Amino acid sequence: MPSTYTPIATTTLGSPASVVSFTSISGSYTDLRLVSVYRGTSTGINCYPNSDFGSNKSWTAIRGTGTVAESSRNSSIAIQDYWQTVTNATGEFTVSKMDFMNYSNTTTFKTVLVRRDVTSAYTEAIVNLYRSTSALTSLGLYSASGNFDTGSTFTLYGVKSA
Amino acid sequence: MLPSLIGVIASSGGAAVAGDFESIATVNVGSGGSATVTFTSIPSTYQHLQIRGITKSTASSSDFLYLRVNSDTGTNYSSHRIQGDGSSAAAFGFANQDQCWFGFAAGTSNTNIFGATVLDILDYANTNKNKTMRALHGVDYNGSGTVFAPFSNAWYSTSAITSITIYGASDIGQYSSFALYGIKG
Repeated sequence: MPSTYTPIATTTLGSPASVVSFTSISGSYTDLRLVSVYRGTSTGINCYPNSDFGSNKSWTAIRGTGTVAESSRNSSIAIQDYWQTVTNATGEFTVSKMDFMNYSNTTTFKTVLVRRDVTSAYTEAIVNLYRSTSALTSLGLYSASGNFDTGSTFTLYGVKSA
Repeated sequence: MLPSLIGVIASSGGAAVAGDFESIATVNVGSGGSATVTFTSIPSTYQHLQIRGITKSTASSSDFLYLRVNSDTGTNYSSHRIQGDGSSAAAFGFANQDQCWFGFAAGTSNTNIFGATVLDILDYANTNKNKTMRALHGVDYNGSGTVFAPFSNAWYSTSAITSITIYGASDIGQYSSFALYGIKG
């Protein structure tokens, strides 16, 4: 059987950058998985699909800090994903996996599952909703303020079903 | 100062890794829905399985989806989950069940919205172990929603898993899609 988990594109920052983008994403896969290993000079990583900055996203999250388990949500907002609420510790990189389910389906809104670990502070999971039936053709990752640091890596995979 | 920009033309990059993660079968639910989604004759040639699904119910409101393996209706399953609903976190666990969890399917009143689950079944063909599953699931309705992070299932049998059935109290709705993958060791 052919491989169905294919690296589409990857970038490793050789210098600080505030934006990482993936464009011209092929519609030939079933799901996308974005694996990010990053650290920032500030909190936050915001994801904008299709350069869509409209208030048509929402999320529900659960987080464990080592002391408490907590849940939060936001609705009708411009960003996908969910702010990282702490700065990275020295030398620490956040690990994030985002699964964009049926991203090219033009019948459904897009549900995105996220697992993120800021190992010095918390572990969390998030479900995002992008209320658009458009196929997802680009992703922009924005540092909320400041930059992603040198050495941050972002890899986009395509998962293709039979 | 303008932000620096790293751009990647996604269609230009990356060679496939041959044969480590393979598609076994996909079920797309058609018009009218389906009571069950079943994968049968699952080969034992992989190390692990993964099911990736988007889930809709034929019910007006959300419906819980369950999973059984090898058509086993005995009380041989247990499940645990940590769940967030946007305001509080809670934990649930059930033992001696006749089914285990797959996650919520969005209801028909939630237009165009689907739940999503990525579920791993570890060492599914190993005949020396009971079987463990772990999954991430969520559904968001823009103002409400649920995320399971993660949840786990156990099936107390050393038999190799050769079939998987997913179902709800109501039928599974149109445009739901379930893809089964095999992961090589």
